[in-house]
Amino acid sequence: MTAYIIRRFLYAIPILIGVNIITFLLFFVVNTPDDMARMHLGQKRVTQQAIEKWKHERGYDKPVLWDSQADGKNKITNTIFYQNSVRLFLFDFGRSDNGRDISYDISQRMWPSLSISLPGLFLGLFAYITFGLTLSFFRASYLDIWGVVICVMMMSISGLFYIIGGQFIIGKVLHLVPISGYDTGLDSIKFIVLPVLVGLVGGIGSSTRWYRTIFLEEMGKDYVRTARAKGLSEQVVLYHHVLRNGLIPILTGIVVILPLLFMGSLITESFFSIPGLGSYTIDAISSQDFAIVRSMVFLGSVLYIIGLLLTDISYTLVDPRVRLQ
Amino acid sequence: MMPVIFITDGLIFLLLVMVFSFVWYARKQEHLRAPWRTVARSPMAMGSAVILFFYLLIGVMDSIHFHPQLENVNNEEQQYATEILSLLDVAITHLRAQDEKTFSAPFAAHAYSKETIEVSDGSTLREYPRLNYGGAHLSNPDQEKTVDILLKSAAGFVYGLIVWCFVSSVIVFTSKCRTSLSFMGVVHSMLKKNNDIPWKVIHLTIGVVIVSLTVLLYLSNYYHILGTDKVGQDVFYQSLKSVRTGLVIGTLTTLVMLPFAILMGLMAGYFRGMVDDVIQYLYTTLSSIPGVLLIAAAILMSQVYMDNHMDDSIGLAQRADMRLLVLCIILGITSWTGLCRMLRGETMKLREMDYVQAAQAFGVGQFRIILRHLLPNVMHIVMISIVLDFSGLVLAEAVLSYINIGVDPSMHSWGNMINSARLEMAREPIVWWSLAAAFVFMFMLVLAANLFADAVRDAFDPRIRGA
Repeated sequence: MTAYIIRRFLYAIPILIGVNIITFLLFFVVNTPDDMARMHLGQKRVTQQAIEKWKHERGYDKPVLWDSQADGKNKITNTIFYQNSVRLFLFDFGRSDNGRDISYDISQRMWPSLSISLPGLFLGLFAYITFGLTLSFFRASYLDIWGVVICVMMMSISGLFYIIGGQFIIGKVLHLVPISGYDTGLDSIKFIVLPVLVGLVGGIGSSTRWYRTIFLEEMGKDYVRTARAKGLSEQVVLYHHVLRNGLIPILTGIVVILPLLFMGSLITESFFSIPGLGSYTIDAISSQDFAIVRSMVFLGSVLYIIGLLLTDISYTLVDPRVRLQ
Repeated sequence: MMPVIFITDGLIFLLLVMVFSFVWYARKQEHLRAPWRTVARSPMAMGSAVILFFYLLIGVMDSIHFHPQLENVNNEEQQYATEILSLLDVAITHLRAQDEKTFSAPFAAHAYSKETIEVSDGSTLREYPRLNYGGAHLSNPDQEKTVDILLKSAAGFVYGLIVWCFVSSVIVFTSKCRTSLSFMGVVHSMLKKNNDIPWKVIHLTIGVVIVSLTVLLYLSNYYHILGTDKVGQDVFYQSLKSVRTGLVIGTLTTLVMLPFAILMGLMAGYFRGMVDDVIQYLYTTLSSIPGVLLIAAAILMSQVYMDNHMDDSIGLAQRADMRLLVLCIILGITSWTGLCRMLRGETMKLREMDYVQAAQAFGVGQFRIILRHLLPNVMHIVMISIVLDFSGLVLAEAVLSYINIGVDPSMHSWGNMINSARLEMAREPIVWWSLAAAFVFMFMLVLAANLFADAVRDAFDPRIRGA
């Protein structure tokens, strides 16, 4: 088991290197630092001097891959690639283009993100499993057919609609909670309710349909027939057999997104003005702060790879038949 | 008219040609026809297909661009205007040209906000001024409007019925040519209960779409049926123009990524070893970057690149079109990994099949095996993923445009409509019509696509087909 985990861990390293190279290519080769400087300072009428100054302040005036003038190991370290990309491996994100410490910002902003995404995940899981189980219990009845139709319709509505509609009805017409904003401590609850609820409603369509398929697949299996043949009531079959076995693919599917909960959701956070990592990324995109976007891309992939690792481990824990090869 | 072909126009026509040649090819192949026949038997799928067809019609009409002719004043050389119009623009000229000053509600005859108006005796009055076009034919809108709208709708309804009868008889006539029945005989057989193809649903959907379209278009001659936006442009016009953008994103993205995904997936599954390792590494790396972030980063960088390297002489419309294409390419690059993984798995199963082994034993070339024996047998996966991806991509466009990394702000799209209308929600009275129009148009397209995709998946998926 330990050897398996270590091997999986080592397998993640080349992928992280690949991600790093992709971000490097995207941010420093497709567009040279000169292009970025020109973008920030205004398009055409920029003096070369101003560009040099902008680059120097952010450390983009170094050679890209190889400094032939430096000596010893500085030949490698005194380059953009080392300073801005390799250091991401040490979670040293450096400073944003307007001079703020990115690592500090991330450590501050991940908690608001988590306060939205974690309750959203658990409430969602509970609600969707309930719906999915109900639909599969009443399979092929009118409730099931119409439930699926409603699911498809809810899937076809843009996520933006749920957010705008929720803000309008609950925030503006009913005045139940503030439309957007965030606070610290217990006061934050009234700001959290709406985004969590909106996220919950928005996910009903696809998740319920998916869970229903899982449960139906489980119901068609032999052990369920055996359980029924034994004379167990339909409720016992449902809760003790179908639900438990159906939870395996559902929960192991959830594990992969657990680490990503720190990143929050881009759209939700920016609509509800929640100072989390999602809105941090959005702000960086709209102000074209490449340092932040680069850091977030790398952080996101690290978290995703950790999620994949956790998924593999949880599979081996849940289902002993999975071979550790 | 001097035709202009945008790059995306060209790709759309290429796609249409591909679809038609596939249909032509599939007509003679029983194993390809069978699943489509299952799709054709599903009433839900055929109803959706009719709606998708009308969206496609609008989209294709909007993809034929040209410089309109200027009026020839003194017999000189033919002059062309600099602006670029599409066939759709010409068809709905009344919507394009009739701009108001600013917001106006659906079916309004008066402006949205009060203005100071000078009365004939010199004094001024603060009042809601009449609109330039919306309800301009009425002398006393407060009393006459409701009756007028009802009368105009009734007239539009009658026109719609006529058009519907015409279209339906054309359909009956074309299917009459293939059978020995008389015209009425075909009608009777279509109205029968146990039909192979749900003709009743098809004709009914066509009727509903045509009648509602004609009613709306007829009414839009006299009113802004969906109101106007901040700069006074008709919202109905914007919604119709946005159809093309949605369709382009939904289809061209898949077209761009297909060659990658198919080639890589088949090669990884067939050759194994080093090739497999490299391709697997490539798609694992790409897919481990969270999608939105990768798209955001790539689009951000491509925008900087385009701003710095594009020739200034390129017109605004072409520039917006380039940006749309870049968006499609980036969405394609980030979304091919899932399909590639599925194709790899399927190919690994297929290469152990007897007929592939036999082909290898006969000394058939490797690429010939891939082309003749493997590719046709994974096509159902490709087909399913094309139709399943479409609706997700249409929805993604709206979200991306909201973060300002979507299509060009000057291009009509549902995402841009939502984005600009979002800021007007705080007004009093609330400006809801742009949002509602964009959501409804998007909802109908995505719902139809989802229902159609479900039917296609059920028909093509061998696991379900067997059951």
